[in-house]
Amino acid sequence: MSKTLVEKIWDAHVVKSEAGFPDILYIDTHLIHEVTSPQAFDGLRKRGLPVLRPKQTVATADHNVPTINQLQPIKEELSRYQVDMLTKNCAEFGIELYGLGHPFQGIVHVIGPELGITLPGKTMVCGDSHTSTHGAFGAIAFGIGTSQVEQVFATQCLLQQKPKTMKIEVNGTLGKGVTAKDIILYILSKISAAGGTGYFIEYAGSAIEALSMEARMTICNMSIEMGARGGLIAPDQTTFDYIKGREFAPAGAEWDKALAYWKTLYSDADATFDSVLSFDAEDIGPMITYGTNPGMGMGIQEHIPSTSSQPDKEQLSYQKALDYMGFEDDASLIGKPVDYVFIGSCTNSRIEDLREVAEFVKHKQKAESVTVWIVPGSKQVEQQAINEGLDKIFEEAGFQLREPGCSACLGMNEDKIPAGKYCVSTSNRNFEGRQGPDARTLLVSPLTAAAAAITGKITDVREMLAEA
Amino acid sequence: MKKFERLLSAIVPLNIENIDTDQIIPARFLKATTREGFGENLFRDWRYNGDNTPKPDFVLNDPTYKGRVLVAGKNFGCGSSREHAAWAIQDAGFDVVISSFFADIFKGNALNNGLLPIQVSDEFLAAVFTAVSKDHNAQLDVDLDKQTVTIVSTGEEAEFEINAYKKSCLINGYDDIDFILAQKDLIEEFEQKK
Repeated sequence: MSKTLVEKIWDAHVVKSEAGFPDILYIDTHLIHEVTSPQAFDGLRKRGLPVLRPKQTVATADHNVPTINQLQPIKEELSRYQVDMLTKNCAEFGIELYGLGHPFQGIVHVIGPELGITLPGKTMVCGDSHTSTHGAFGAIAFGIGTSQVEQVFATQCLLQQKPKTMKIEVNGTLGKGVTAKDIILYILSKISAAGGTGYFIEYAGSAIEALSMEARMTICNMSIEMGARGGLIAPDQTTFDYIKGREFAPAGAEWDKALAYWKTLYSDADATFDSVLSFDAEDIGPMITYGTNPGMGMGIQEHIPSTSSQPDKEQLSYQKALDYMGFEDDASLIGKPVDYVFIGSCTNSRIEDLREVAEFVKHKQKAESVTVWIVPGSKQVEQQAINEGLDKIFEEAGFQLREPGCSACLGMNEDKIPAGKYCVSTSNRNFEGRQGPDARTLLVSPLTAAAAAITGKITDVREMLAEA
Repeated sequence: MKKFERLLSAIVPLNIENIDTDQIIPARFLKATTREGFGENLFRDWRYNGDNTPKPDFVLNDPTYKGRVLVAGKNFGCGSSREHAAWAIQDAGFDVVISSFFADIFKGNALNNGLLPIQVSDEFLAAVFTAVSKDHNAQLDVDLDKQTVTIVSTGEEAEFEINAYKKSCLINGYDDIDFILAQKDLIEEFEQKK
């Protein structure tokens, strides 16, 4: 019987399937961090249970860590306690921890791939909605809540309903200055922040196949912003080349065996999806969001859709979003002054993102009125940026290169955008208060963020690329 | 997990769409390492000004609205997977959330904590908002066993879906770990085959 990629991986991990019950799905790899795990460890203690497979569990500290002076004790007491609890829990339950100071520390969705932990055909979970990132390798990867973290600790399994499947095809060639982030913001603007709920999405088509692994991660990362549990891309030579030689990737005979299996991981030609959508890469330009959910996005040269063009019962929420952002119906955002630029997060903090920004800003200076933070996704990304001399370029441009963590994506640590200020951000969510109480977030690609950093205004990066 | 029983309650209406879990509980309040106490920061930035004074026009600060059923616009609970959102809603005294659409992860988290998410049609949701705008004390009758929710004043009734297994977990106060652990032999068998 022909199967989609999701069905192939899912079926290979079903421990038990019984009518009237969710499937018992085996989880190959469990990633954990300091914020969503402590209550799960507590639960285990109350039940007197061990972590069933500690060797299949990997921990790092990322959400609530400072991004300057990381090796000094964390100043804020609650944050310090939370990070200390992770250390204590990992020691007690026998889990490998890449904590602060470890050369592998970083955002959980950056370190999994770069260490070769994320592999095609795996089932992976983490108490974080952006776990969908790992789908870029052809894995079933999705975010879970803390009760489920406890379930995976205790049983290495989850009770899950098999999801519906959606295929999103993007064909054609992207224009100059248009990147993976623009693709996903474009899809979001077309299908809305709820358009993928209940589905696992497979991204396909020539524009997706042409992307690097890091760009594919950016796409899969934001699947959750459409409400989808996960998104994945069939593994191909690009995938295999990325994985080979990484720290925990299979090697030798194991590699050959793994590779033979990975090559079977694709949706059969006649497999049926519950939903299929198709987009043309030529229609996509640099994107920007103007509202308070990631579906509220538009081409950077477009005007904000009017409230009256929205369905009646959605107008109140729509108007509330524009009021929060300080924007008006039909306005253009081009030329609008910005206060902060944040380049980072599990969406866009990898070495290719930093290289792209560095190449663009080389020998340029940031606008005086703008504060620019670059937060690398991991210690390895940070080190590589330094090895390649990107740190010098950022310094010359007046950008602050900070230490790895989730940082201003969610403003859980001290990296918050002040109330009322506009932040052009490469992160994934523009929710009210996401980057700090009353902060206003505009989601963009790293290239568009770099352009705003230099001009101090919202800018169509294509115009600057044309001048160069 | 506590057992879910039939509920007759007034309604707290929040007629906003796409309420994300960052609104329900902002990230800066996720530093606690226990499950308790999140209720005081439920909808923190809608409920309080920057100087911690209550915003009088927010529904949770209006004493004429009370009850254990929160009713909200579509796509409730989108965004971050933080289970703290479900804990905060429960900790603030709610047993049921009604919306015309729920985000997946939130729905799962709610069910895993005995907080019942009820998905109803747009029309029924509108009827609930109308009923509560006419009478702040309007009551809903939530019957999990029959899978119905009824607006008491008008008699309008909606049936709702729930997975049969999750329903029995809620009614009996069981959780998934007990269920999966009972199949431990199968898990080990699966691992050996792999």
